Amino acid sequence: MIIADQKPLDEVLGYLKDYKNIAIAACGTCVTICLAGGLAEAENLAEALRIARGASGRPASVRVFSLKRQCDAEFIEEADLELRWADAILSTACGVGVQFMAERFQVVLPGLNTTFFGASRDAGLWTEMCQGCGNCVLERTGGICPVTRCSKSNFNGPCGGSSKGKCEIDSETDCGWQLIYEKLKSLGKLERLYEIQEIKDWRSARDGGPRKRVAPLSCADELAVEQNAVDWT
Amino acid sequence: MSGLQEALLSGAFSVSAELGPPMSADAEFVRKKARALKGLCNAVNITDNQTAIVRMSSIAASCLTLSEGVEPIMQMTCRDRNRIAMQSDLLGAYALGIRNVLCLSGDHQVFGSHPESKNVYDIDSIQLVRALSDMKKKKCFINGKPMKFPPEFFIGAAANPFADPYELQMIRLHKKIEAGAEFIQTQAIYDLEKFEKWMEDVRAAGLHTKAYFLAGILVNKSVKSIEMSAQVPGIEIPQELMNRMRSAQSAEEEGKRIALSLIERISKIQGVSGIHIMAVGWESAVPEIIERSTLKSKS
Repeated sequence: MIIADQKPLDEVLGYLKDYKNIAIAACGTCVTICLAGGLAEAENLAEALRIARGASGRPASVRVFSLKRQCDAEFIEEADLELRWADAILSTACGVGVQFMAERFQVVLPGLNTTFFGASRDAGLWTEMCQGCGNCVLERTGGICPVTRCSKSNFNGPCGGSSKGKCEIDSETDCGWQLIYEKLKSLGKLERLYEIQEIKDWRSARDGGPRKRVAPLSCADELAVEQNAVDWT
Repeated sequence: MSGLQEALLSGAFSVSAELGPPMSADAEFVRKKARALKGLCNAVNITDNQTAIVRMSSIAASCLTLSEGVEPIMQMTCRDRNRIAMQSDLLGAYALGIRNVLCLSGDHQVFGSHPESKNVYDIDSIQLVRALSDMKKKKCFINGKPMKFPPEFFIGAAANPFADPYELQMIRLHKKIEAGAEFIQTQAIYDLEKFEKWMEDVRAAGLHTKAYFLAGILVNKSVKSIEMSAQVPGIEIPQELMNRMRSAQSAEEEGKRIALSLIERISKIQGVSGIHIMAVGWESAVPEIIERSTLKSKS
C-alpha cells in the first residue's frame, strides 16, 4: 500500500491561513491503514487547526469528511455536494488522491507527505518494498527487490559498504543483497548470483515520463464491476 | 597501452598510490601532490568525490596529474552520473590521455557534503566494468550502437577480501573479472592470515591469471587514525597491530613500519602483482614508504 506521513502542523496552517471554511477530506484506504490520513487522524488534525486558528485570532470553520478513497472519481462524487461548502479542501490522502481531488475542486491542499509503497512490518512500522519500476525482477532475486532494498539499486550484488548484513547508510537498514543472498542460498539457487545482470531499461519506471495503464478493451467493463466490489476495509 | 598495464604485463611488482583532489579549483594542489609521487609509483588513483564530498572532478585532476608526468587511474563512481554522462566522460577522459579507470559504486551521498542530492545509480559498478569492456572489445556504446574511435581503457575494479558474507563477495569478484576487470585493487589489508586465505581462493579459481591483483595498504599516522580505520566496514585490524601503535614512542614511525612489514610479506604472496598504497590525509608519507620498501618503480 501507499505510505504517508502527516505534514507538520505549521506548514499546513501556513497555506490555509487565507481560508475560513476548511474541509478536511480523509481517505479510507492506504493512509487509514498506515495511520496518517484516515478519519481518526483527520479529526485530530481538525481539532488542532481549530485551536491554532482560534488562538491566532482568525478562527476557521473546520469540518471533516470521510471518503472511501480519493483515487476514484466515483467516491469523490459521493462527497461532492458537501465538499462544495468549503473554500479550501485539505486532503489527507496520498498525492494521488490530492491530485484527483484537485481536478474537481478549486482549492485542494495536501495534508500529508506521500512517502513510499510499503508493507506493515510490525505494529506502527512500515517499510519500503517496491518502487514501481515497471519491470519486476523478483523472480531472479528470491522475492527481494534490489531496486528498492539496495540503497544503490545495485543489480549485481552488494557494494563495499555492506557490513554484517547492514547497509552503509545506517546500521538499522538491512543490506538488500544480504537478504537476497540468504534467500537464494536457502533455495539452493546461489548459482543465479553468478549471472551478470544487464543494464536496466528505466523507461518502464518514472524515468520514461508519467505512466499510464490501459486495461485491455475486452475486459474493461468487467474490471470496472470487480473493482467496485473490492472491499478495502 | 597504459604504463600500469605495461608494467604489470612485464611481471614487475607494481605500485599505485592515491591522490584526493581538493575541495576547490586549486590546480597547484594536485600538481604538487603529483610531483611528490613522480617516479615512485606506476600510477596514482584519482578519487571521484570520495565519501560523497564535492571535490575537483577526477577527470580534471587526472589531467593535471598526467601533465606532471604521473600516470593517473581515474576513479569513476556510479553515484552521480547516468549512463549518458558516464560514457561522455569516458570518451572525454580517453581523449585527454587518461588510460586507466577504476570502476566503483561510490559512497552513498548521505555521508557527504550534499546529503540532499538525488542518487543516480543508473548502472552499477559491474555493469560499468562491462560497459568499458564492450567499448574496448565490441567497439560499442551501452546501447549496442557502434562507435568509431572507442576508448581502450585498462579496466580496474575494487574487492574487499574481508567483507562478509565471504561467499557472496567471492561471487562478486568472479563477476567483476568476467565482466572485464583487468586489475583489482583491494581494501586495506591488516590481517595477513585472512588475506592469504583469500588469495588462496583467488588462485584456486584461477582469477589471478585473468586479472592483476594490487593489495591495498593503508598507512596510519596515529593511534586515532588506526582506530578510525578499524571502524571502516570491511577493515579488520588484529589486536597486535593496534597494541603496537598504542605503545609506540612515535606512532608515525610505527605506522610506517607496520605498512612496510605488510608490504614485505604481501609481496611474496603468489598471485599478488603489486600494492596500492593509501595514506588518508598523510600522502607525504607515501614517497618514504616506497623508498624504504625497495619497491621503487623503475619507470
